[in-house]
Amino acid sequence: MGMTVVQKILARASGRSEVAVGDVVEPAVDLAMSHENAALVINQFQAIYEGTGLEPTLWDAARIAIVFDHRVPAESPKTATNQKRIRGFVGINGIAKFHDIRGDRGGICHQILPESGYVLPGAVVVGTDSHTTSHGALGAFAFGVGATEMASIWALGHAVNVEVPATIKVNVSGVLPPMVGPKDVILHLVGKLGAAGATFRVLEFHGDAIRAMSTSGRLTLCNMAVEAGATSGIVPADAETIRYLKEEAGVLEAVHPVVPDRDAAYERTVDVDVSALAPQIACPHTVDNVRPVSEVAGRHVDQIVIGSCTNGRLDDLAVAAGILKGRKVASTTRMLVFPASGRIYQQALEAGYVADLVRAGAVVMNAGCGPCLGVHEGALGDGEVALSTTNRNFKGRMGNPASDVYLCSPAVAAASAVTGVITDPRQEGKP
Amino acid sequence: MSAASVVLVLGDDVSTDVIYPGRYMATVLPAETPQYAFADLGVFNAKLKAGAVPAGSVVVAGKNFGCGSSREQAVSALKGHELAIVAGSFARIFLQNAINLGLRLIEAPGVTAAEGDELAIGVTEVVNLTSGRRYAVRSLPAARQAIIEAGGLIPYTRKRLLGRSAAR
Repeated sequence: MGMTVVQKILARASGRSEVAVGDVVEPAVDLAMSHENAALVINQFQAIYEGTGLEPTLWDAARIAIVFDHRVPAESPKTATNQKRIRGFVGINGIAKFHDIRGDRGGICHQILPESGYVLPGAVVVGTDSHTTSHGALGAFAFGVGATEMASIWALGHAVNVEVPATIKVNVSGVLPPMVGPKDVILHLVGKLGAAGATFRVLEFHGDAIRAMSTSGRLTLCNMAVEAGATSGIVPADAETIRYLKEEAGVLEAVHPVVPDRDAAYERTVDVDVSALAPQIACPHTVDNVRPVSEVAGRHVDQIVIGSCTNGRLDDLAVAAGILKGRKVASTTRMLVFPASGRIYQQALEAGYVADLVRAGAVVMNAGCGPCLGVHEGALGDGEVALSTTNRNFKGRMGNPASDVYLCSPAVAAASAVTGVITDPRQEGKP
Repeated sequence: MSAASVVLVLGDDVSTDVIYPGRYMATVLPAETPQYAFADLGVFNAKLKAGAVPAGSVVVAGKNFGCGSSREQAVSALKGHELAIVAGSFARIFLQNAINLGLRLIEAPGVTAAEGDELAIGVTEVVNLTSGRRYAVRSLPAARQAIIEAGGLIPYTRKRLLGRSAAR
């Protein structure tokens, strides 16, 4: 029986010729990423060595990445002290893949890793962040772990007792209509599968709509695979992956795509035809509560948010700037934009997007996780409504359990900024 | 079989944002996270902080408990109060974190209970002693059993490291 992409990757990383679903393996890790929660990883890492007489030793500092993004710049003395402690650990251990709070090479971990060329097809990537699924966009097997599991990986160099997951094949066919994009595809899919519909499973994306999609769009798809409960999302690497890695991520070495066998065994196949897909909205308070925009159009919005690891890349900002150029954010709403990385921020400056957005009345913030998870800035007032391109709308997600968060694409967010109410970007501007 | 009281009943898809709100994520020490367990459920959080919830008490929930963020505080906060979670199913990372830190999870599809009910929790079934209903327990992933038996991932990894250095 043939193997899926993830089976092939796990076989290679475990030193086996093949693996079957349910096999227990201990895959070598190619890249281990943490953000500010490295503070907890460091504690747990040191705890492992207590009483052993062994010196705490990282298995391979070159395979560890640490990116500050959740609370940048620090919102409190506590965070600043955690960040300081991590910097100390990074210095002592010579961790070169460290991205501090900087305008040039800082940003959100799930953008920094791809754009820095740290993630290659076929790699095993783990991260202390649930949206680590993003990196499947480059054909890697990437999944989220907790801080203690990361500490174990720092010590051993491999994940322990991993069950080879079953794979669901997702066939995405058709051509995306105007003002409909990758975010609408993944929201639709999460709605279709349900919040736990892919738990302990991998979503492997195929189809002409995927082949035609940029790496940026694939990152959006894989980013939210976890919202259907998936261990990972993965797009088998192709010519676009190689183009992205060479042209945008500065990868010089040869890139070897890992593709599934023709007779790979999938648990099931899910077909999505995007040709007639409408812009999608995830309504409060679960990500799988998805409806076409027409069902919620007209609802008042207090705060528009564009950014995050889901939709803070250059093409997302281009869509927003294209809609807002020469216009104004409605006086009854406010708009926050946070690019996914410093590099994207610079590109958006050079392209004029930042000027278009600021002139329209948007507040363009520094690259980072921003208001997405309610720890830092952009909090909502009691009873307020946010419309956001981020990835979660759970009760309290943006810091206030008495507020509502709707999730959407950059096109819907920008069109709604102009009107102050949830707006179908295909209708926007029409009388 | 152990009998325990149900102290909180929740629905499906209880996210880590509800279990441990993001705004407390700068707090990482297991000694400090328990004060923020279910911080936005004010009444229950106050009971926890007042020490009015005995160790071993049970939270009952529906499907997909612990969905969302990988934040381990969501587990250490509940572990700090020695709560047990009986739910229809669990999200993957939360389940793994719970095994790694030794939080007691019981997966019992279809489980229902009301606050104040008494549950008898066994290896193969959960019996709601108040309603008389019985629910089959789905065992945790077999691959993870070794970690549970070692008392969590820290002692498990320590053992593996020592085994490795002894082999040299």
